[in-house]
Amino acid sequence: MNVFISLLLLCMFMCLYRVGKGPTAPDRIVAIDIMGILMVGFCAIFSIITRKDLYMNIAISWALLNFIGTLALAKYLEGRGFDE
Amino acid sequence: MSEFVGYVLLSVGVAFDVFACIGLVRLPDVYNRLQAATKCATMGTSLIMLSVFFFAGFGPITIKALLCIWFILITAPTAAHAISRAAHRSGIKLWSGSVIDKYAEDREGADDKA
Repeated sequence: MNVFISLLLLCMFMCLYRVGKGPTAPDRIVAIDIMGILMVGFCAIFSIITRKDLYMNIAISWALLNFIGTLALAKYLEGRGFDE
Repeated sequence: MSEFVGYVLLSVGVAFDVFACIGLVRLPDVYNRLQAATKCATMGTSLIMLSVFFFAGFGPITIKALLCIWFILITAPTAAHAISRAAHRSGIKLWSGSVIDKYAEDREGADDKA
């Protein structure tokens, strides 16, 4: 299990590299979106290790919040309102 | 036996996530990165969730994992589509090696009609 967690952490650092380097705003939004999806995978592995469903609740709410946040960022980037 | 299948699914899922992040770092422009990262990360995380079924058996954890797969399969492509549309509309240029841009042709046609 430690191997899988280390590999996912490596993925997170690669996403952080993309967030830092850029070069445009959509690049950063994509990287943040992928970080959220990786975080859901983290929660799944934690729930396998501890056999508690608390982490699955975190995973579900994280997936939905990540989706809403990404949509908000994309709409903000597009420069239009939500009432289109 | 069921733990073995779980470990196989978990390995394949984490490998897909690693490939997604390699694509995110290595590919040349926003649209290519989006293509690699979203598909691979969706597949990888769904496989990780599916492996929960083989480790934990039937129970609240598995039901929530299946629910979470469903959410991810619906939300990830929608978010990717929104990001690429916003990037194209806010004027991000395609990579110089790109050969076709159907969305720009469609928008020019729509502008001519209007």
